Amino acid sequence: MDIFLQLMVSGVAVGGIYALIALGFVLIYKATSILNFATGEFMMLGAYFCYTFLVLLGLPVIPTFLIVMLCAALLGFLVERLILRHMLGQPTISIVMATIGLGSILTGLAEILWSSDFKSFPQIFPRAPIDLGFAIVRSNMFYGFLISITAVIVFSLIFKYAKVGIAMRATANDQMAAYSMGINVRSMFTLAWALGAIAAGLGGVVIGNIGGIQPNLGQIGLKIFPVVILGGLDSIGGAILGGFIIGVVENLAGGYLGPYFGGGVKDLAPFVLLVMILMVKPYGLFGKREIERL
Amino acid sequence: MHIGNFKETYDADEAVFRTPTVRWWMGALFVALAIFPFAADDYLLYMANLTGIAIVGALGLNILTGFAGQISLGHAAFVGVGAYTSAILTTRLGMPFLLCLPLSGLMAAALGVIVGAPSMRMKGLYLCIATLAAQMIFMFVFIHWESLTGGIRGINVPPPTIFGLKADTEFKYYFVTLPVVILAVAATRNIFRTRVGRAFIAIRDRDISAELMGINLFRYKLYAFAISSFMAGVAGCLWVNFIKIVTPEHFPLHESIRYLAMIIVGGLGSVLGTIFGAIFMTLVPEILKNILSIFQAMNPTAMSYLFPLQSVVFGAMIVGFLVLEPHGLAEIWRRMKDFFRLWPFEY
Amino acid sequence: MGILEVDTLSLSFGGLQVLSDVSLDVSEGRIFAIIGPNGAGKTSILNCIGGFYRPDAGRIAFDGRDLSRVSTDRRAALGLARTFQNIALFHGMTVLDNIKLGAHAHLKTGLLASVLYWGAAHHEEMQLRREVEEEIIDFLEIEDIRNLPVRALPYGLQKRVELGRALAMRPRVLLMDEPVAGMNAEETEDMARFILDIKEERDVTIILIEHDMNVIMDISDHVAVINFGRKIAEGTPEAVADHPEVIRAYLGEKKG
Repeated sequence: MDIFLQLMVSGVAVGGIYALIALGFVLIYKATSILNFATGEFMMLGAYFCYTFLVLLGLPVIPTFLIVMLCAALLGFLVERLILRHMLGQPTISIVMATIGLGSILTGLAEILWSSDFKSFPQIFPRAPIDLGFAIVRSNMFYGFLISITAVIVFSLIFKYAKVGIAMRATANDQMAAYSMGINVRSMFTLAWALGAIAAGLGGVVIGNIGGIQPNLGQIGLKIFPVVILGGLDSIGGAILGGFIIGVVENLAGGYLGPYFGGGVKDLAPFVLLVMILMVKPYGLFGKREIERL
Repeated sequence: MHIGNFKETYDADEAVFRTPTVRWWMGALFVALAIFPFAADDYLLYMANLTGIAIVGALGLNILTGFAGQISLGHAAFVGVGAYTSAILTTRLGMPFLLCLPLSGLMAAALGVIVGAPSMRMKGLYLCIATLAAQMIFMFVFIHWESLTGGIRGINVPPPTIFGLKADTEFKYYFVTLPVVILAVAATRNIFRTRVGRAFIAIRDRDISAELMGINLFRYKLYAFAISSFMAGVAGCLWVNFIKIVTPEHFPLHESIRYLAMIIVGGLGSVLGTIFGAIFMTLVPEILKNILSIFQAMNPTAMSYLFPLQSVVFGAMIVGFLVLEPHGLAEIWRRMKDFFRLWPFEY
Repeated sequence: MGILEVDTLSLSFGGLQVLSDVSLDVSEGRIFAIIGPNGAGKTSILNCIGGFYRPDAGRIAFDGRDLSRVSTDRRAALGLARTFQNIALFHGMTVLDNIKLGAHAHLKTGLLASVLYWGAAHHEEMQLRREVEEEIIDFLEIEDIRNLPVRALPYGLQKRVELGRALAMRPRVLLMDEPVAGMNAEETEDMARFILDIKEERDVTIILIEHDMNVIMDISDHVAVINFGRKIAEGTPEAVADHPEVIRAYLGEKKG
């Protein structure tokens, strides 16, 4: 089996999951202009919700999925209502720090509720690896990819065509104008947080299913930044493409450079790529530069 | 309002300590700082040294982020650069501490300027994430450039010798930390009495009109990065000579966040707030840890639930201040002063 | 040869033509008013002169010197000062610091000197303080608010502080974007008096955008009318006021 193809395929598979989590990030950013540094923790909690209902309470798979989405939405709703709503008009750094602080709180709570022990999911999908002909994929990876891509497509369609999606985009574009058109800007903010949390939570379910969960799972969330910056913070298409690029790049770097530089290369490569992209295109590959006025 | 506070010269009006009352209190503070080491035990002195080092580092970050408005998620990396520079200069070249101190700062400043260079083209959140990347890349270098940094085992450093005296106890090191803290505070105050400091604030408030007022944005953003990482480097040098070992795990992203938490809790764009914030964010987690260890002694199994409480409290302090008192401890202090200034004649 | 010459200036954003072939010749020591309907491109002209926008074509010369290769911050140092339509003061600073900031380009204190402060930097700051007090704060009658943060001030005073900041830039040409917009009659009168005093006592040339026709008729020496990014008329205030193109631009076509 060709090692390059193998790395590419696992890169694309992981990339699909990154795309989903990044989507959770961009949905919130587009509607509210807030960088959610707690995206990783949302993801981690999604995984724990899933673990709780699936393993501890023994619910079947499909109801568990629905309940996890509901819980994630509730989480997003609460975060917006209890914290971010009170911070309108504060400087960027304060809002960034609020989401970082939130991440710390959520990590601590998860550790108290579920302990810091490693937990693994039961086998939901058929165990046999999937042979694509040119490469072999682990079954969890394969089905995880399918779930992620389906979710990404559904979210994108909602954002593009559904009435709430259009209202959210209008809000993102011009809050004052949206407000005067009768759109309830505040409930759009809440909705964006709920949807963003659902996307990140689902990403957590997929990741937890592949590699098991621990409270520090949220650290994977840091990888979202290369992904979203690559695509430009406000571009959904960019976030999806960015997800795939980062997935492939980190797998290639891990496969080819890892033997020379040690294990950290795989995690570092996305950030090096990020710096290189920002040098050339300071607003990412697809981000818009705003025309400033005086 | 002060009553009966008239100045006869502009010089008197621009002085840092403007009234006799303030000068009296400052005198009292200096006396207290001088007596403190003779009254305190080793543990308190240990905490005092850590707090002092945190003040120097946090001042640097507040200049960059609080005053000049450039967000940095990589401040700990520059503290690390200073620490490694000092450790390497001491162990390889046998350089004296008093030379290592400025050189650590300069090394960090040089790297800070390189990281800050893209700030001309990037703004706000994009810059914030670029500094996050810098944090990751520096950490990688600390861990993997083993021939220079000693990898994860790090570098051991002998206690520093200054004017023939070995600063090998908490007590003696206090007299190393304190002057550096005072110099750092004075330097920061000075910057904001001149056009350089005004330019920083102008860039934070409205960068476009700052440029139309004749401020070269690129130069002043680089100045802010240079000063900020210089102070971080000095803090790193103080740190490594105090702890006597440097390893990569001292400078993770979480440490950068801790510095940000100090300036948020203390007050963005406030020198006094920086000091309060550094003290608060050093002492409160420590006090919490001590309380938790009392519980642990009573009930060892409870620890697995209590230990994570530290990250909950850390996060809650940040979020709590941001939601309830966004201007931080500096603002609380100002209100307290206003209250007592006219007390008991409030009305 | 005027002190400021704008020659066939054109500017567009995307497909939108903001300015087309605008030429202005501003004589030294005069008050030159630019009028026109909202969205005509008046502020864009000031933005091009100040260096915030880069024009697609055309040339701007200041005192005979081509500005196209002069960076925005250097233009301020040459003596181009500006006040803004939507007041652009620095909200984190006091009135005094805002005004001092205006002098930035004329000061010398560098990074190291500022850290050390005592000596050259201190001397420079004291001199600046004296100059600001005697020549700006006295003149604008804002002694009692000098140590207040600007965000606490009412609108009319903020406009005055912004003028003070522009004066601290030691301008040779002062670009003013709607200096009396939103002011009551008394504030407007004060501001008009300040503008005339600045012209007469300090030899500053003033380029002024304004909608208040009374102020324009009272204080300006020369008026240019802009509509849809083009200059449609120019001359003395009286001549411009009777110009048929101007009447059409402001009042619309006469039907029938």
